[in-house]
This record gives sequence, C-alpha cells and structure tokens, in this order.
Amino acid sequence: MPVPHTAFAPEATTNRELRAFLHGLPGVDEVGARARAQDLSTRSIKTTAKAEAIDLAISMVDLTTLEGADTPGKVRALCAKAAHPDPTDRTVPRVGAVCVYPDMVATAVEALRGTGIGVASVATAFPSGRAPMEVKLADTRRAVADGATEIDMVIDRGAFLSGDYLKVFEEIAAVKEACGTAHLKVILETGELVTYDNVRRASHLAIRAGGDFVKTSTGKVSPAATLPVTLVMLEAVRDHHADTGRRVGVKPAGGIRTTKDAIRNLVLVNEVAGPEWLTPDLFRIGASSLLNDLLMQRTRLSTGTYPGPDYYTLD
Amino acid sequence: MAERRTSRRTARAAEGGPPARLAVRKTYKLYLGGAFPRSESGRSYPVTSASGQHLANASLASRKDARDAVVAARKAFGGWSARTAYNRGQVLYRVAEVLEGRRAQFAAQAVAAQGLSPDLADRVVSAAIDRWVYYAGWTDKVAQVLGGANPVAGPYYNHSAPEPTGVVAVLAPQDAPLLGLTSVLAPVIATGNTAVAVTSETAPLAAVDLAEVLATSDLPGGVVNLLTGRVPELAPHLAAHADVNALDLTGAGDLAVELEREAAATLTRVLRPGPEAGGGEEAWLDPDPGTARMTPFLETKTVWHPVGV
Repeated sequence: MPVPHTAFAPEATTNRELRAFLHGLPGVDEVGARARAQDLSTRSIKTTAKAEAIDLAISMVDLTTLEGADTPGKVRALCAKAAHPDPTDRTVPRVGAVCVYPDMVATAVEALRGTGIGVASVATAFPSGRAPMEVKLADTRRAVADGATEIDMVIDRGAFLSGDYLKVFEEIAAVKEACGTAHLKVILETGELVTYDNVRRASHLAIRAGGDFVKTSTGKVSPAATLPVTLVMLEAVRDHHADTGRRVGVKPAGGIRTTKDAIRNLVLVNEVAGPEWLTPDLFRIGASSLLNDLLMQRTRLSTGTYPGPDYYTLD
Repeated sequence: MAERRTSRRTARAAEGGPPARLAVRKTYKLYLGGAFPRSESGRSYPVTSASGQHLANASLASRKDARDAVVAARKAFGGWSARTAYNRGQVLYRVAEVLEGRRAQFAAQAVAAQGLSPDLADRVVSAAIDRWVYYAGWTDKVAQVLGGANPVAGPYYNHSAPEPTGVVAVLAPQDAPLLGLTSVLAPVIATGNTAVAVTSETAPLAAVDLAEVLATSDLPGGVVNLLTGRVPELAPHLAAHADVNALDLTGAGDLAVELEREAAATLTRVLRPGPEAGGGEEAWLDPDPGTARMTPFLETKTVWHPVGV
C-alpha cells in the first residue's frame, strides 16, 4: 500500500490531520519484521566484500563521546582518531563525523579544522528532551554558531506518546529552522516508543517535519538500535523517497559494538532501502567502541593474524 | 501409532523382562565462556578407545572457536585476576572436591579411552585431584616466594610482586588427557590468568568431563576454555593472536619451534615443552611439581615508595 504523499517542506498542519495521516499508515508486521531482520543478519560477507564493507562502515561512523565526564582533552583525542583511525595505516578512511555535547563543539571544530570531518552536536536538552522550547532552540543555535555541521535533536517522547503529534512536528520544524544550513538528525528514542507501529509513525512524522536523518536512539536507553527497528525506519525513508523523490538518511546508534553488527546493518540498508543509501550522506552509525573493532577486523583481514585491543587506543 | 507402541511394549513384557531402555548418549561439546557450545563450524570427529572401538563423537573446534575462546578468556580475566588469592584457592579446592565425587567416572573413562590398567587409572585420577589441591594451596603463597622487599641504594621501599600475565593459550599434552591436562591448566589459573586450552586430539573426552566439573565448581565462566580438535589447525592462530599473552607448548610436538617463532611477533611469553611431554600420564605423577609451571606466566611488578621522614 503506497504511503500518502508527503511534501519536503514542512507545511502548516493540524493535529487532526497529522493523526489521520500517521494512524492511516499500515501497521508493522512485528513478527515479520523480526524474522526479516534475523534472516538478513545471517548473510555471509567474507574476504574482499568484507574488506569493502569494513571501510564503508568506518566512513559511516559518527564517532561519539556523550559522557558527563567528557573533557576537552578527550574530545581532542577523539578528533585525532577520527581523522586517522589507525595512525600506522594511512589507507584507513576517516570517519563520517564526530558527535559531542554542545559545549564541546568549539573544541571539536578547532581540533578538526582542515580535515573536512563534520562536527555533530546533540542538542535540545539531550537525552531526555525535557526542557522549554526556548531552551531547546537556544541550545541548537549556540551549537550551530560554534560550528556544528550536524545537529542531533531528540523528540518530545511524552508529547508523541500522548498523541500530541502537532507539538512534536512543530518542534522539529522549529529546530530545523534554527539549524540553518546544518543537517538535522531526529532522534526518535525507539526504546521508549514501545511498538514498531510507533517507530513507523515517528519516522514519518520526523521526515515530514523536515528532518534530514532519522536516528534510532540516544544510546542512554536500552534497548537501543535493534535490527528490526532500523528495518522499520529504513522502510519509512524508502517509502518517502518513492513518494516524493527526497532521500532521508538513517542513523542507528547505541549497542552497535562489533564489525558483525555493523555489517548486518549494511546488509539491511542494501536490502531494504537500496544501494543508494550505502553512503555516509544517507547512513551513519553512532558508536564509540565500534571503531576499534572495525580496525581490528581490518588488520585481521590484511595480516591474517588476530590483533588484540592492547594495540589500539582506549577511548 | 500410540496403540502400536503399546502393543509392542506388552509383547516385550510378555517375553519376560522389562522393556529395553533407549541408550542416552552424551554429546561432547566445547567449553567456551562457561557454556558448552558445539563448534561454530558444525564439525565433529569420531573418538575411539585405545583398542579402536568407537566411544563418541567430539566437536572439532575451528579457528573461529579459538578466537571466541580468547575473547571469553579476556573478558573473564579482569574479574578472576582481581579475586583475592585466598578466594582463588577456595575455588580450586572446590574443583578437587567435585572431582573427588566423580572419580569412578574418570577412572572408567581412563581405562576405556587410554587402555590404562584399573590400578594405574585410579592412581592417575587421585593424582589429578591432588594436583588441584596442590595448586589451591599455592595461590596465596606464590607471592611470598616469588616477590619480596628489595634492598636498594636510596631512601626507598622497593617491593616486587608477581602478577598474572593475562590470557594463556595452553597446548595440553596429547598423551595425558586427564592428569597432564590438569597439571598444565591448574598452575595457569591458580595465579589469576585465564586459559584457552587445546586438549588431547585422540582422547578429548576426559577434558570435556573435566569441563563439567569446572562448570560446577564456582569457577567463573571464561576462566578456562577447552577446545577439542587438531593442534596443527588451532595452534598457529593462537600463537599469532595478539591478545594471547603467553603460550604453553607442552602438547605442540613437532610444531613447537614454528609456533614459538610466530608467538615472538607479538611478544607472547612461551613455555617450551618440558621433560614430561610425550611420557603419558605416568610422567605427570610427581606429587610435588613446584613453581616451575607458574612462574612462566607471571609478570613482576616492582613498586618504589619513598621512605617517610
């Protein structure tokens, strides 16, 4: 069943119209989604295909540090790693972006100057999103002014779950406006949305409100980015493209720690959304410990021996 | 269907004697991270007794099983090495207790699998149990023997203490599947290391039975990981693995020199095959093996501290 037409520019709307649209979306076959994700995760990707997948995954990593204990020194170290993930091997591609808290944006921008790597900043009272609208917008404007090229906002899950879709819609649209030229990633926090139907609705809502990316989670709530959730979100961006010709990106974040997990996600992207999405412009992986595992698997493929974590940075 | 089964059973009962039991055959699997999985490769191989009779099928571990075992051992290392030496001693003694309760099974296994005389099998099992007690006693004494306060030319206290090196890959003796395995495994974990052991290829069943003892002896999962399979297939990957800190080559046979060379690339500590290698279970009967199998897997930490005013 084709999804009703959605326009790129967020258009003025009413809660009633949004509800009719979102609740008119076909329901997600939960068992089917799980089975399909499980089925695709058994694909065997070996040798040269694996080498390519690893390099692609590295270029898609949003290298993230979102801790209360973040220091400027830690952010600078992370930026150095983003530019040269493996200092002993310059053929390793650089990562997609560095993702930090808003107050660390200036530090990250300074450290990444000249590398061409973007700085993503979480904003809008990450991770809970519980702050007045003015605070959220000020948070966003400040991060953009400091040089963030991507903004990761969180939606108001409370409003979404209570059925106030218009509030969520308007917030996303307002933050999108505050972003200016910066890309907007909308974090749905799927671990709090309870059902796959809600994930599909929230994805369409975020896409329609002008988000450039839909992102699964903050990484602070478990479960985070599970394969079926990513599958449902990829279906949403695929349907939106079929409808309007506009391509929206997807970013699973949280819980993706191994090369195997990353490759499973890439298989999912290829099979569900299509190969056009296999680019850092349309698919990112939010992670911190994943990068070391990707580098270790890369070394394993090129040298034939298993490397150990002692040979990689602690971050 | 049900009717037919009933009638067959009554027929057998009519012949006199109870209905025959179905044989309950054991699946011999690997011991990884505290669980008993089959080989990731799905392979198995037949194990025969000394006289050539089929005993069971054992899992044929693959390179990826070896990798998974190293991951499990690394994960377990933090917790196991942080336990007090006293507590590690208690756990090792517990292994001896549980083994003692199953000595008949292990003795029968040794007779069937290796063709030992019942008398020798009994001595071997007793020695294996005593070996756990022996190293249980060493856990909280090895630091006093190998460490100490060093005299230095300055106003400093200077102390040395042995610390576990990390993950140890053990190639267990091929011809001594119970006492030999115990003798190389217990000293490795007594000091706080975690172990990945490749068991005897021809007689691996005693090792899997021992794994059941370990799994029920308060030993945290992953401290000991047992792989049944072929040394030439598994050992090169373990030797070259950068996350393996030490390598015991006792069961390496002709491969020892080549494996030592591979291990050198990542500065892995190596224990070469000793005089016991190749001598069967009898070679391991010495009741007091000393610290020789513990020291190769220890690092010495030395601390300087200024003498107060």
